[in-house]
Amino acid sequence: MKQRLKELWHQLGSPRWFYQISGRWPVWLLALGLILIAAGWVWGLAYAPPDYQQGNSFRIMYVHVPASMLAQSCYILLGVAGAVLLIWRMKLADMVVAVAAPIGVGFVALSLVTGVLWGKPTWLQASDRWWVWDARTTSMLVLLFLYFGIIALRQAIARPESAGRACAVLAVVGLINIPIIKYSVDWWLTLHQPASFTLTEKPAMPAEMWLPLLVSALGFYVFFAGAMTVALRTEILRREQRTQWVRDLAGVLTR
Amino acid sequence: MHPVRRKRLIVIVFILAGAAVTATLVLSALEENINLFYPPEQVAGGEAPVGKRIRVGGMVLEGSVQRASDSLEVGFVLTDRRGSDVGVRYSGILPDLFREGQGILVTGELDQAGVFQADEVLAKHDENYMPPELIQADIR
Repeated sequence: MKQRLKELWHQLGSPRWFYQISGRWPVWLLALGLILIAAGWVWGLAYAPPDYQQGNSFRIMYVHVPASMLAQSCYILLGVAGAVLLIWRMKLADMVVAVAAPIGVGFVALSLVTGVLWGKPTWLQASDRWWVWDARTTSMLVLLFLYFGIIALRQAIARPESAGRACAVLAVVGLINIPIIKYSVDWWLTLHQPASFTLTEKPAMPAEMWLPLLVSALGFYVFFAGAMTVALRTEILRREQRTQWVRDLAGVLTR
Repeated sequence: MHPVRRKRLIVIVFILAGAAVTATLVLSALEENINLFYPPEQVAGGEAPVGKRIRVGGMVLEGSVQRASDSLEVGFVLTDRRGSDVGVRYSGILPDLFREGQGILVTGELDQAGVFQADEVLAKHDENYMPPELIQADIR
């Protein structure tokens, strides 16, 4: 087992190997992800019971919670890939940092937009404003800017190798923000409510409400894996375009 | 692990540890400012500034809500249920989630008499979600 893992680790050092084994992944992952998301959303939006206080507006949770989870999970992936790049100089890790950042931006944006749309009719119904600067909302906005920073940094440095390492350092340092987001609602007084799900206690809602959320969140993860695979395969071809195997793949004749 | 990689790993651990210590120091120095509102305990204890725009948050004390019959004027008490209360006056429309026992945030100024003159009322909701039928069954 250990030998097999070690072998796999070495194989990951070869983008070509990853490209060759992942050919059929995107179709399955994207299809399964979309099916799960659709099932979770139809279940949550149409069949789950309304909340006794918030009525139907709590249903945006079936989009908001998975989007927020993915926004943070994607950043953790970015940070871990950054560390792998810095320690092992693995090419594939650099590509992961490069392609995961724009995907992560999408999830943070979705989380922030759905958060605003949820907050307006509940927290801010009697107010003119749409946004409150509490610890949770602010740390989530910081996450968006971290993603922007990593994307911009890569554009700003001409030499790809230096750009990759600079982005990796920023990604690793930015990991500090993840526990801050997670515990912001416990460490400070916030408008945002604390977590409904913890590892030690049972969920703060009945199963008919959290099951659709679980399905939707699973769908988000599977869809993310599919999107990452598509983006990674494209990035591999782009970066390795001068190598023989890509030329052969594209049918380009070399002199 | 190869010695060079071990060295790089140690450097990264140090960078992360340094960033964590920095973040902890900054955040703990800023703690008062990151808190979105003053709890009733601090207001009653005189820690909240008078005549300055601040936020206070607490639970609406049961039986404390008084509405004027001819205007939108309303008075209520925010409590932390641990012995500290703040009286609030507000004129305007209340959010749907406003009710006795609900977590509420008010923005405004504390006057000399210790009454909070609010011009904005925000509703907090907790992390518990429940279908209406289950709540009624609980009450019965």
